[in-house]
Amino acid sequence: MKELTADVAIVGAGSAGLCAAYQAATAGADVLVIDENKRPGGQLFKQIHKFFGSKEHQAGTRGYVIGEQLLQKVEESGARVMLDSLVYGLLPDKSMGVISNGVNYSVKAKKIIIAAGAKENYMAFPGSTLPGVMGAGAAQTMVNVNRVLPGQKILMVGSGNVGLIVSYQLMQAGAEVVGIVEGAPRIGGYGVHAGKIRRAGVPIYVGHTIKRVFGKEEVEGVEIAALDEKWNMIPGTEKAFEVDTVCLAVGLNPMTELVWMVGCEFDFIPQFGGHVPLHDANMETTVKGVYVAGDVTGVEEASSAMEEGNMAGVAAVEALGYLTREEAQKKKDEIRSRLDTLRSGVFGEGRRKNKEKQIADMETYKEQYKEAADHE
Amino acid sequence: MRVTQHPILGDLEDEKKVTFYYNGQPMEGIEGEPIAAALMNAGIRVFRTTAKRHEPRGIFCAIGRCTDCMMVVDGIPNTRTCVTTLKEGMRVEKQEGLERIRTGEEYK
Repeated sequence: MKELTADVAIVGAGSAGLCAAYQAATAGADVLVIDENKRPGGQLFKQIHKFFGSKEHQAGTRGYVIGEQLLQKVEESGARVMLDSLVYGLLPDKSMGVISNGVNYSVKAKKIIIAAGAKENYMAFPGSTLPGVMGAGAAQTMVNVNRVLPGQKILMVGSGNVGLIVSYQLMQAGAEVVGIVEGAPRIGGYGVHAGKIRRAGVPIYVGHTIKRVFGKEEVEGVEIAALDEKWNMIPGTEKAFEVDTVCLAVGLNPMTELVWMVGCEFDFIPQFGGHVPLHDANMETTVKGVYVAGDVTGVEEASSAMEEGNMAGVAAVEALGYLTREEAQKKKDEIRSRLDTLRSGVFGEGRRKNKEKQIADMETYKEQYKEAADHE
Repeated sequence: MRVTQHPILGDLEDEKKVTFYYNGQPMEGIEGEPIAAALMNAGIRVFRTTAKRHEPRGIFCAIGRCTDCMMVVDGIPNTRTCVTTLKEGMRVEKQEGLERIRTGEEYK
């Protein structure tokens, strides 16, 4: 087994991981980023819409342009990026098992930052396993990255930002979206995205769910039904559509396998996608020297993932002595203020509260652990 | 179907075409794209059947997580076609259940 070493090893070359790498490498640390994909950038390159937020977050710039700029910065920072390489294990001594082109590596690092991202949720209904039922993110990858239409006539399930944006992008690429189905009584995503969908003439069926998908070998059609206030289907309200594709935009969940494996403590926060690791304001978990950033800490969006990556990168190299306490504090204050901006407003407020809970639970854990240690 | 023109991304530039074989039939794809994308472009959506109930499965997550898109590629079963890139002459076969590694003459 070949051995590799680094000051900071980062799992994931997406929004969070690349920002962490940039911060750590520009401070002078030896940084190794490992990603199982053949290209860096995570899910940034399928985001062809303009980002939201403030000027500091490049509002108005399209996601893939932000991705290109970030890659350029990381390249210039001197961080090493190892692609097509899978991290299959992480031990508490901060050594990782990595397989790359059939060769096994043991990677030993002083600090580890896990920025593994999230994956799409599944939803079960009769016919949900038929080819043609796919994640909305999968359809987005197909159409925007691989330039292949996943279908001609599509029904979208879920009216959060992913459902709205991907519906619009499928139409931009030439598909017909017959409708968007939303279980809740109101649209989940931003009004501006919903407005674009409605102006394009696509109906949004709020208070509806998917009853079944039918087809022999693949999707041939779909039936939806209205829901009562207890989320039960109302008989007689069924509507059928002839479609070849059904996309599910029903949320994401953090890819926490390595975080569990290394022994971190977790919180359960449904709005963040389920189990999420406890971490402090520096993004450090309950395992000293192991940091987390981005969707793996709770599903939010690319801008906050980048800021969490910045935070983890700065904190990790501060702990290694590459930044003085004052230098690091200045950077962290700026990052914190940008994160607060992202987690404000009607849509951000809930995320801010959840994140505060997660950090507060970490403090409680630390106190309890300290008490327990004192008694020993 | 290939998206050749796009209002944001522009026209699809000249990509290097390769020939691959799906169940023995020659097909055209773009070098380096995921195998699954080339198949989807050709209108093929059933990638495998399940071991017990022989139900059809196709692309679900497209990021290498769900394993619904596994096929036999150059004799190797359980290959995730959404994260395996297409090469000239590749042999891609629909996977029936679990299958075994194919080591016959044709794979020498």
